[in-house]
Amino acid sequence: MSVMSKVEADAGASAAPAGAAVMQTDNGQVRAPVIEARGLSKRYGQHWAVRDLDLVLHEGEIFGLLGPNGAGKTTTILMLLGLTDATAGSVRVLGHDPWREPLAVKSAVGYLPENVGFYDDLTGRQNLLYTARLNGLPEEEAARRIQGLLETVGLTGAADRPVRVYSRGMRQRLGLADVLVKSPRIVILDEPTLGIDPAGIREILDLIARLAREERVTVLISSHLLHQVQQICHRVGIFVGGRLIAHGSVAELSQKLAGGAPLVVDVDLAARSDVSRARGLLAGLDGVSRVEADPDGARLQVHCSRDVRAALARALLEHGIDLVGLAVHTYGLDDIYHRYFQGGDAGEQRGRDAAERRPA
Amino acid sequence: MSSVAATRPSGVRRRPLVGSAGLAAVYRKELADHLSGWRFLVLAALVILSGVAAAYVAARTLSDTLAAAGELDAFVFLRLYTTGSTTLPPFTFFVAVLAPLLGIALGFDGINGERNRGTLSRLVSQPIHRDAIINGKFLAGLAVITLMLAVLVLLVGALGLQLMGVAPTLEEFLRLVAFVGVSIVYVAFWLSLALLCSTLLRQTVASALTALAVWLFFSLFAGLLFGLIADAVAPVTDPLDPQQVLRRTMWETNLGRLSPTLLYEEAVQTLLNPQVRSLGPLLLEQVVGAVAGAALPLGQSLLLIWPHLTALVALTIVCFAAAYIAFMRQEIRAW
Repeated sequence: MSVMSKVEADAGASAAPAGAAVMQTDNGQVRAPVIEARGLSKRYGQHWAVRDLDLVLHEGEIFGLLGPNGAGKTTTILMLLGLTDATAGSVRVLGHDPWREPLAVKSAVGYLPENVGFYDDLTGRQNLLYTARLNGLPEEEAARRIQGLLETVGLTGAADRPVRVYSRGMRQRLGLADVLVKSPRIVILDEPTLGIDPAGIREILDLIARLAREERVTVLISSHLLHQVQQICHRVGIFVGGRLIAHGSVAELSQKLAGGAPLVVDVDLAARSDVSRARGLLAGLDGVSRVEADPDGARLQVHCSRDVRAALARALLEHGIDLVGLAVHTYGLDDIYHRYFQGGDAGEQRGRDAAERRPA
Repeated sequence: MSSVAATRPSGVRRRPLVGSAGLAAVYRKELADHLSGWRFLVLAALVILSGVAAAYVAARTLSDTLAAAGELDAFVFLRLYTTGSTTLPPFTFFVAVLAPLLGIALGFDGINGERNRGTLSRLVSQPIHRDAIINGKFLAGLAVITLMLAVLVLLVGALGLQLMGVAPTLEEFLRLVAFVGVSIVYVAFWLSLALLCSTLLRQTVASALTALAVWLFFSLFAGLLFGLIADAVAPVTDPLDPQQVLRRTMWETNLGRLSPTLLYEEAVQTLLNPQVRSLGPLLLEQVVGAVAGAALPLGQSLLLIWPHLTALVALTIVCFAAAYIAFMRQEIRAW
């Protein structure tokens, strides 16, 4: 690393929020950050594909970069790999600047592009061998490693058939093997589940999780399929309209979505006519901060600081309001999905609104 | 799985980062692809069949002439390559027409083919210098061209030896080597033009057609066009006025030298016909005292076509440099 970029790196680290540079694991080990992006931005013409992205990935974690199509996920990945230069901001991958030291980064990062392609006339094994040669692996070691990887991804039977006869799922598995040929420390997968049937998706994701565990690699998965991908992610980031509007574990995101209130209780009434009366009644209870009514149904959402379900039920019954349901509302993935992902432009607009509302 | 984990290096990168390893890998892969691909096989078969057929006809004609004349003509071995008949044009004609097609076939899908297959993004994310990709492709194409032209010329030579029983002199051999060299440069021009098209155009069909259109233009229409321009710029009102005729001829000749095809044809003509002593108009006063039909030594022939060679090499370099720069500046996701 040159003196100049060292200075930059130090400056970047000092500007980082406290505690972001290292992360304590459950057993007290300190994990070093392997990918650090600070204020990363990319502009195409007038359009900001990525804006002010701050992202820290720690060793051994699986991070899901989730967002609708066109959110800037692929652009972010290309900047991390040094395949596109950033308009602003800085990136360090294993301490290297991908734009200035692309070979150092590319030899440690395996990248599975969206719609990965292979040389159709070559066999799966030959395709992997080419990658091994490009990485400068000695032939014998390459052959051994490729055999092991083919076993891992379950392609030994088809290894010596031309890729042209492979199914979509087989290609994707070959892609995973291809990414691992270089023994990467970081694996970046761009939409790895695209165009695969549900059983295939499960298989691929299990494989990714297993590889991350056994090969001890850091994995960055980009996807618009929140539901499937989050199962194997330690942390996810919601990426909409070029901005990372939220990140953390799924539980943390639910928490954030709840707007800071620790608890929301869904109250289902028997009759719609009781709604306004119940609303007034519940709002006055101790521990309740806010009550929202669903205009179309007989449901109330009670935001409260502690679990007041027993008190709610008692109060409603005492006033003769029939109660048919009472449950703690969890902000699940569906809410996250509906809030940020769906509806294309409208979804992005909501995402942007959310980003602006997001507390600093 | 355990085997994979076992081979994983512990933390430290064990390989030095050598860019040339990437170039060698790309070169090997491309060379193997070319040599086993139907595209190369079809074109090589076409070039070799037509070339050998032309040489065969030439050899028969020449041996008849030899038998009738009873004495050895100078440079009879070279005539094997330049003699045509009423049924078949000479060997050099086939090389001049078909070899550019080989160059185009080897290069037209070099970059956009990788892009369309989705292999380019995988390729550029490997630890190789980006230019290793385009350099490797060019060098592999060049190797295939060299191989094919050398084999072709040797094959025809062997055929000539067999049919005519005349061995080439050293000078003839050197002239043939020079001919192969010039042809390689010429085909390399078409290869780099095709690579340029494949870098700039998205569809492989579009880049193939564009390169073919350029080839067609220079092979067929450029001569007509240059003639028309010469007529317009320097019209000959009186066919008996030598000044006017000379001016028009000079215009046509010099315009023609913008065309790689004409440059190549003139260079080949000079190399394989030692009697050629001037390219372009020759005034009567310039040939006063010249021995009619006397051959130029190889050095003088080379001197005559040196500008042609320089221009051909320059054209090739310009085309390849344009492809190189375009490729290096391209966004991987540009399309």
